[in-house]
Amino acid sequence: MSDVLVVAEHRRGELREISHELVTAGRELADDLGGELHVAVIAGDVAEFAAELNRPGIDRIHTVAVGEEFDHTVYAAAAERLVERTGAAAVVTPNSVNGLDYAPAVAERLGVPLVTDVLEFTYDDDLTVTREMYGSKVETTAAVDGDRFCLTVRGGEFAPAEGLGEAAVEPVELDPPESGARVTGFEEVAGGDVDIADADVLVSVGRGVGEAENLEVVEALADALDATISASRPVVDNGWLPKNRQVGQSGTVVAPDVYVAIGISGAVQHVAGMKGSDTIVAINTDPNAPIFDIADYGIVGDLFEVVPELVSRFE
Amino acid sequence: MKVLVTVKEVAEPDDDFAIEGTDIAASDLEYGLNEWDDYAVEAAVRLAEAGIADEVVAVTLGPERVEETIRKVLAKGVDRAVRVRDDAFEGTVVDVASKVDVLEAVVDEEAPDLVLGGVQAADTGFGATGVALAERVRFAHAAVVNDLEVDADAGIAHVHRELEGGVEELTDVDLPAVLTVQTGLNEPRYASLRGIRQAQRKEIDVRDLADLGLSAGDVGGALTVTAMTEPESESDGERIEGDAGAAADRLATVLRERGVGAS
Ligand SMILES: Cc1cc2nc3c(=O)[nH]c(=O)nc-3n(C[C@H](O)[C@H](O)[C@H](O)COP(=O)(O)OP(=O)(O)OC[C@H]3O[C@@H](n4cnc5c(N)ncnc54)[C@H](O)[C@@H]3O)c2cc1C
Repeated sequence: MSDVLVVAEHRRGELREISHELVTAGRELADDLGGELHVAVIAGDVAEFAAELNRPGIDRIHTVAVGEEFDHTVYAAAAERLVERTGAAAVVTPNSVNGLDYAPAVAERLGVPLVTDVLEFTYDDDLTVTREMYGSKVETTAAVDGDRFCLTVRGGEFAPAEGLGEAAVEPVELDPPESGARVTGFEEVAGGDVDIADADVLVSVGRGVGEAENLEVVEALADALDATISASRPVVDNGWLPKNRQVGQSGTVVAPDVYVAIGISGAVQHVAGMKGSDTIVAINTDPNAPIFDIADYGIVGDLFEVVPELVSRFE
Repeated sequence: MKVLVTVKEVAEPDDDFAIEGTDIAASDLEYGLNEWDDYAVEAAVRLAEAGIADEVVAVTLGPERVEETIRKVLAKGVDRAVRVRDDAFEGTVVDVASKVDVLEAVVDEEAPDLVLGGVQAADTGFGATGVALAERVRFAHAAVVNDLEVDADAGIAHVHRELEGGVEELTDVDLPAVLTVQTGLNEPRYASLRGIRQAQRKEIDVRDLADLGLSAGDVGGALTVTAMTEPESESDGERIEGDAGAAADRLATVLRERGVGAS
């Protein structure tokens, strides 16, 4: 019992990049455990996804053709079935919104420990995982008890597998389980007048601004720099700016020439949406704010002092 | 209909903090209601105000300290609370299955029609308890809900699940169900003075593992934090020093070099 089962992710007909990253992660884990790497492709056009996924490192791809889109009951049942079939010791899924909608159920069904949002792992008789805590302010290593486990792995931590693989593809039958949750459709949100992804310069504001009335401080800077305003999630949740201004995992992914983060701590879901920016500037009162870890230029200071000064330099 | 809200008091580090052993020094941590749970509480209280829920009960795991946070939740309109105490819940990190062992026992006792909790706890960020609980107690579930409409007669919760990249999945979930609530679902209220007064008289039922038919061996152990460090900076970025004026001078130069605000 030393095999690894990775579950691929797709949405609305597209395989998601994290699937290739998990192949790399799964291969590493399988090597550590001395076993094989199995990849599960569940729902949708499984044959096409399997072909696209088939990159070096995989020993076997199992396809489960039940349904078109993600259904957590199907995913949990299929993962359980494949663990029975392969005897896999480890199940690895994306730490995505959908991953977190079924991985905990898989761990429950198998009665194995679950660790989510894993950045790194090593296996040496025991599994040790690296995770962040306290909004990315610290990193922890933790020992996992047991020789079977379920992990969800953060996107962007492992390089995607590349090249052409030769894994055998095996269809697996699964009786469609009855599900208490039925997907009735999808909705695109965050449309509207501006597309922050088009901007060359973004002045981005976070919860540190305190209240809606204070936004004008940051808006003055955007005007002075001829930049577009964007925001972190709490600013949008509070209704201070519309949804189409939100940068991040559940908003828009941006990569401007210059990104000025003002009063933004740098939570992983925010960083996922802006780390590709050419130059990152951060202004924050907290010297330990994780945003400084990715900033090219960092100012530890009060935005209400620094920003008006900066505006005056462009008048 | 009865709603159970799972709430957690989370720890937030001060701007300056020290690591002691495998956690941040307790003196450098501030405690408060988990941001995501605040939205779950609000959703539950609104169901009561709309006449859909007859009773809203909060459940939490933790030491006596957390009662301050629980009082705040009661002040917002939750009817009563259950606090489960055990040495295993003194620290910040408790593995998912242990929490689910306890919550399962509480769900068995309370028999709610709907369980609401936050998507994740801000301190540990596991994001797994709700879905694991649903599987354990055989409830339907949906994770990362940012829109909720309960049709009690039909026994269905119509929800939106917020996926990545501005896409929402529309899902019908059969009751009883567990939903994990995303920020932005509603606008959490502040407790009114009247609410705060009333909360003093509301019940916080303190339970031990034994009261719930569990023993110490049932909880803890699956995950042990062995080290905690401050992450190393990935960028060799420049810390701009000096007062606001000097910092603005330097930053203005940097921005101009990049053609920003050049005109
Ligand atoms: C499933 C999921 C999806 C998510 N998607 C997104 C997403 O798409 N985008 C997103 O942004 N977040 C997202 N989040 C939320 C994310 O986890 C954080 O909660 C959020 O990014 C925090 O925003 P913030 O940095 O503005 O606020 P905080 O973390 O509260 O940080 C505020 C910062 O302001 C600083 N500050 C305070 N006062 C001042 C001052 N006077 N001057 C200067 N600095 C000051 C503080 O030091 C602090 O660092 C998501 C979370 C989940 C669970």
